[in-house]
Amino acid sequence: MSLLAVDGLSAGYGRGNVLHGVALEVGAGGVSVVLGANGAGKTTLLRAICGMVAREGHVAFDGRRVDRLATAEIARLGVAHVPEGRGTFTNLTTEENLRLGAYRRDRSELEASFARVYRYFPRLAERRRQQAGTLSGGEQQMLAIARAVMSRPSLILLDEPSFGLAPLVVEELYRIMKDINAGERVGILLVEQNAAIALDLADRVYLFEVGRVVLSGPPSKLRSDESLRRAYLGY
Amino acid sequence: MASRDHDRPAEAAAPGVRVAAVCLVVLACVAPLFCSSYHLFQLTLVVVYSIALLGLNLLTGYGGQISLGHGAFYGIGAYTTGILMQHAGMPYWLTIPCAGAVCLVLGFLFGLPAVRLEGLHLALATFALGVVFPQILKTRGIERITGGVQGITLAKIEPPFGLAISPDQWLYCVALATALVLFVAARNLTRSHTGRVIVAIRDRPVAASSVGVDTARYKSLTFGLSAMYTGIAGALGALVVQFVGPDSFGVFLSISLLVGVVVGGLASISGAVYGALFIQFIPNVADDVSKAAPSAIYGVVLVLSVYLMPRGVAGLVRRLTGALVARLNARASGHHAAPVSPATPVTQTKEGS
Amino acid sequence: MEALLHQVFAGLASGAVYASLALALVMIYRVTHFVNFAQGELALCSTYVAWAMVNAGVPYWLAFVATLGMSFAMGVLVERVVIRPATRAPALSVVIVYIGLMVILNSVAGWVFGYTTHAFPSPFPEEPLFGNHYLGSHEIGTIGVTFAMLGVLYAFFRFTSLGLALRAVADNPESSRLVGIRVERMLALGWGLAAAVGAVAGMMIAPIVFLDPSMMAGVMLYAFAAALLGGIDSPGGAVAGGFTVGILENLVGTYVVGTELKLTTALALIVGVLIFRPAGLFGQPSAARV
Repeated sequence: MSLLAVDGLSAGYGRGNVLHGVALEVGAGGVSVVLGANGAGKTTLLRAICGMVAREGHVAFDGRRVDRLATAEIARLGVAHVPEGRGTFTNLTTEENLRLGAYRRDRSELEASFARVYRYFPRLAERRRQQAGTLSGGEQQMLAIARAVMSRPSLILLDEPSFGLAPLVVEELYRIMKDINAGERVGILLVEQNAAIALDLADRVYLFEVGRVVLSGPPSKLRSDESLRRAYLGY
Repeated sequence: MASRDHDRPAEAAAPGVRVAAVCLVVLACVAPLFCSSYHLFQLTLVVVYSIALLGLNLLTGYGGQISLGHGAFYGIGAYTTGILMQHAGMPYWLTIPCAGAVCLVLGFLFGLPAVRLEGLHLALATFALGVVFPQILKTRGIERITGGVQGITLAKIEPPFGLAISPDQWLYCVALATALVLFVAARNLTRSHTGRVIVAIRDRPVAASSVGVDTARYKSLTFGLSAMYTGIAGALGALVVQFVGPDSFGVFLSISLLVGVVVGGLASISGAVYGALFIQFIPNVADDVSKAAPSAIYGVVLVLSVYLMPRGVAGLVRRLTGALVARLNARASGHHAAPVSPATPVTQTKEGS
Repeated sequence: MEALLHQVFAGLASGAVYASLALALVMIYRVTHFVNFAQGELALCSTYVAWAMVNAGVPYWLAFVATLGMSFAMGVLVERVVIRPATRAPALSVVIVYIGLMVILNSVAGWVFGYTTHAFPSPFPEEPLFGNHYLGSHEIGTIGVTFAMLGVLYAFFRFTSLGLALRAVADNPESSRLVGIRVERMLALGWGLAAAVGAVAGMMIAPIVFLDPSMMAGVMLYAFAAALLGGIDSPGGAVAGGFTVGILENLVGTYVVGTELKLTTALALIVGVLIFRPAGLFGQPSAARV
């Protein structure tokens, strides 16, 4: 049974639909990557899974239907969404942001969670008392991911983590995400424009165009198709 | 509840509405012949309030700016009339345009800094204006002019040229004539270029300014016009009631005006009439219940109308007449199509739209 | 000199009340982005309930605590029943709902308790403490109670997870949902807290201005001025603003314009601040994406 199963998902912001009958899967502990250009609907996909936009279709998390649940309920089930723009609580400190990540969990786990998260992101430990809005872009992205990890989720949804970050920072970020994927045994649904680095992490790839999945399969499928490879990987 | 669901000024009133409006005007004109003196007094006040509501609606409905202090402009108009008649011996009919002019200027001046304020800030500033106005009237320093706490009593207005009508009837005619002129002017304004600009500023302020509209000037202008209308209403009101006093123009009046606009229908000319009927007659009815009742009813109506009647009575009327007209149309086209070709299905397009 | 000090300290006492109400306004503004025009009338109803209890023989501090609880419940109820259905309405309509609520609460108070003015008891002794000439005991008590309340609130927001959740909702409601916070419940909680704070303010000011349905109108104008002065989204600013307005009101009223024009001065202050510094002294100027 897959961790996340999406079938026939349609969603939109009023007049028209942005997603049209999307189907995808994330295996337990696996990494599924959704690639696509700007405006393809990738962010809407993640928002629809979390109940942040009006949607219809079938979304099952850990075998349980969640497509009728409110966002906060879905979060409490163990889905951690790292949104587009990071969604940092800018007026609160780094540590408070992390503490909020652990909101759904027991107080007793808090110290252990902090320890784990600071091990993955030592830079955040240095900045724990700093106001989150003053962190650099890369640090805020780390904070956003760290916040997700604090809740000990079963599934992390990541919306373009590399956005606006320098290549070295992106590399470091992905290294850490690989650690997290292995160490926390958490499934990841990753939405990216930067295909190259995302593919290294993935075990399933979905190509998104204008709200529809146009290709799905293992990363090798994308790499072996010359025109796709050229379009998405640049070589 | 739809958000950002503003009314567009009605481009062309449905024929049903136009007929209704004409009927209403005719009724209004013949009313003085049938009504008792007291009822005529009340009707005159309805006419007066409808002018005031028209003013507030220009600002709030069309301009999208809230005012919780329009009672002050009403009061300024009323006191202008009172002071000019009492201390300058001015004939009553001249005080009306004077009141309008004073309020136009003051409203514009208040609007100048106020344009920087939006939503809640503007609401607070105008609320403060409404609360403070009675206080200013009572200040010791200007007591000689304003009459302080006792206010100013005005003499009854006699009909001119020895016309064989009662003073009440004459006053009603004056008010009605003024109202008709002002209503037509308001309708023309809302359909004019200026009117469209004002609505554009309401709905898309950034877009408006980026095409070069001087939004500040238009907003102040809207304030001034709105104040002018309400001030003229205040002047007429003073003549009807024959008295101006500081406590008549406080928060309760400002809130009543807002209630009238909301209940009647935002961004609707006809709404002013419905609203005026409401705020004139409800206190009469409710007062019999208890002292607290008029306010309580106002509060409940305000809240309920947002949920149930977001377009006010005018919106309701428009919906009903629209449905009625649609049904008549459908029936007419139905009669036509049947004998022509019974084989082809009659497509009933408008039914129930 | 003595008179001046007396005015300053008296201003601190009324300032404490304005600070509390301004804080309540800011609390609700931060989570809902609307100004609670009905704040004063909510406090009025709470004060009346307290008065009814004391009149019925309930000891003061017991009535005080019971009123706090009841006010909290009333705040939650109002949020659920009146405010929540209007969340998707256009801004103007929401403002109208708040105003309608203000009017309803005021008239309910008048209807249930009548329009005669009543005296409201003060829990503090008649004689000035330590025989001082500057402050009556009630005024010292007001300042003391207010600071105690502010301290409790500060601790709540700073050190409890519920307080943190409320701050999160004020900061970023969407992200709050993403971490599992039920934002609707937090809104109700915020309203409940604001209502309780307002109740304290009402019970502190009633002995001074006497209890009748129009008690809160002038007080609220000062509270609005204080909240705006401090920045409508800044709790610290609201408190500072409240004390400032209190002292200014007294000094201006005594030495400059006299009591008649005190309220007018508040108007001038409000309009002035709104024009020159809409964000207030401590608030953050906000930029909107075009």
